[in-house]
Amino acid sequence: MNHRASHVTLSFALLVAVSLGARAAEKSIKLPDDNAMAQLKPGPNVDVVRANCFDCHSTDYIVRQPASDAKKWEAEVQKMIKVYGAPISEADAKAIVEYLATAYGENGGKSRQ
Amino acid sequence: MSPRERPKIAEGISRRRFMRALWAAAPLLGGRGVWWPSGGPGAPKPLWRADRRRGPDPSTEAMDESGSMARALDAVETDPAIAGRPLVRYPEKTDLILLTSRPPQLETPKRYFAHAITPNEAFFVRYHILPIPTTVDLATWRLKLGGVVDKPLELSMDDLKTKFAKVSVVAVNQCSGNGRSRFAPRVFGGQWGDGAMGNAAWTGARLRDILTAAGVKPRAVEVAFNGLDEPAQPSVPDFVKSLTVGRIMDDPDVLVAYEMNGQPLPMLNGFPARLIVPGWFSTYWVKNLSEIIVLDHEFDGFWVKTAYRIPDTPCGCVEPASKPTRTVPINRMNVKSVIASPADGTHARVGDALKFEGVAFDGGYGVTGVFVSSDGGATWQAAQLGRDLGRYSFREWSFGLKTQRPGSLRLMVRAVNRVGESQPTEPLWNPAGYLRNVVDHVDVQVM
Repeated sequence: MNHRASHVTLSFALLVAVSLGARAAEKSIKLPDDNAMAQLKPGPNVDVVRANCFDCHSTDYIVRQPASDAKKWEAEVQKMIKVYGAPISEADAKAIVEYLATAYGENGGKSRQ
Repeated sequence: MSPRERPKIAEGISRRRFMRALWAAAPLLGGRGVWWPSGGPGAPKPLWRADRRRGPDPSTEAMDESGSMARALDAVETDPAIAGRPLVRYPEKTDLILLTSRPPQLETPKRYFAHAITPNEAFFVRYHILPIPTTVDLATWRLKLGGVVDKPLELSMDDLKTKFAKVSVVAVNQCSGNGRSRFAPRVFGGQWGDGAMGNAAWTGARLRDILTAAGVKPRAVEVAFNGLDEPAQPSVPDFVKSLTVGRIMDDPDVLVAYEMNGQPLPMLNGFPARLIVPGWFSTYWVKNLSEIIVLDHEFDGFWVKTAYRIPDTPCGCVEPASKPTRTVPINRMNVKSVIASPADGTHARVGDALKFEGVAFDGGYGVTGVFVSSDGGATWQAAQLGRDLGRYSFREWSFGLKTQRPGSLRLMVRAVNRVGESQPTEPLWNPAGYLRNVVDHVDVQVM
């Protein structure tokens, strides 16, 4: 099925669901899967990132951020823990910062996608 | 009162007057109807009708006059702020630019801002936490109001629609971080291009009428608002926002809206009801509203106390890469204008008559003038303004220009509001990437 056709089919299914829902005073939607294009770059500790970060947000929250050095990534990870309440251990936080500063570091090339 | 928080100027326009203005604005709204209020000419079809969805997108039609759809998509490809980001179609939505999947953040393509009213299906989406609500049953949904009131309420949708006056306001809803990806030095956060904003006619009950029905006790200070979205972990702060009692009681345009452009709200824009805080950034416009709590103290929740704060300076800005000494919660929007068409990088020939168009808005004083410059800001000429849909609305502007010579033609736009506020020619900076309102421009390549 081509891209366009799959869009039309999916949209139609959703529209039917929404229309039926409206009649029953109930609205229901189905959200698409996470963006498949927003894959994390491979690298050491990527598994630690996968284990800790994606309960709260999809990968595109990481891959779309500006390329940053370890200090800035450290601040961002600490913000996730202290401010947004992410339950991440100290050891894991360290591993996550190492991964981000390497894969999405200022000298690590482009950070998007 | 902080420097950025300014007193109200005047009461909102009456429902009758703005409905009249909307009717009068019909040709500006795209003829065939970007949207029509129910009962009007055009097509009062539900937005979810399949034939409506398959039909030509009104903004695409607009593009067809000056260029092509392909050209519009080219702009998506070439704009570094949104390059590489796919167009996606979420439930009840048309093709929008994907920022993030979960929680969803979807951006409106800039070409839509050639029109004053943003169609519901093209309106941007922004959630903070997940899970977000995907099913709402009006048979069981209730808006609960409690706290320091005489009589706690549990309102059904029928209650909202029948027990309170039905009022409307046309108002811009803009994310605090709209344009964040263009900050230099860059900052963390949602990397929006220019499309985290939209303008709609919001209809519902006045929040102050609802509070009055519950009987706010004299010691009440603030009111907190919660929606159906929930944090993924118990340690993550729930998305709750607050307004002062005065902000609500003094302003008849603060609404609990159950209609957007004459239709029920799309789920991703806050079905079945959301808060409307005209003039203020979206962060206060709590979606999928479920709970209102009147407090006898200042609200100290994370999303007000820690997040969504701006430097406590007259511009809300600091020296790039520096930290503010004091901050205040973000509030009223600053003056802004955008060029929706032609897209940046459009090609033209010498002698072509170009029509530049877009919208301008502010935080509620009302835009009184839009000016364009084609000589780098040395001289400015007045653009033609579209119909006035109210002081909180997008104001359409347009400007015709005949190309004189080959080369790059830069058109700049700036708006002025009723109290003389305008836009900076150099971008202002703050650490969170808020309040961006630098003069917009497009470059047309003339051959």
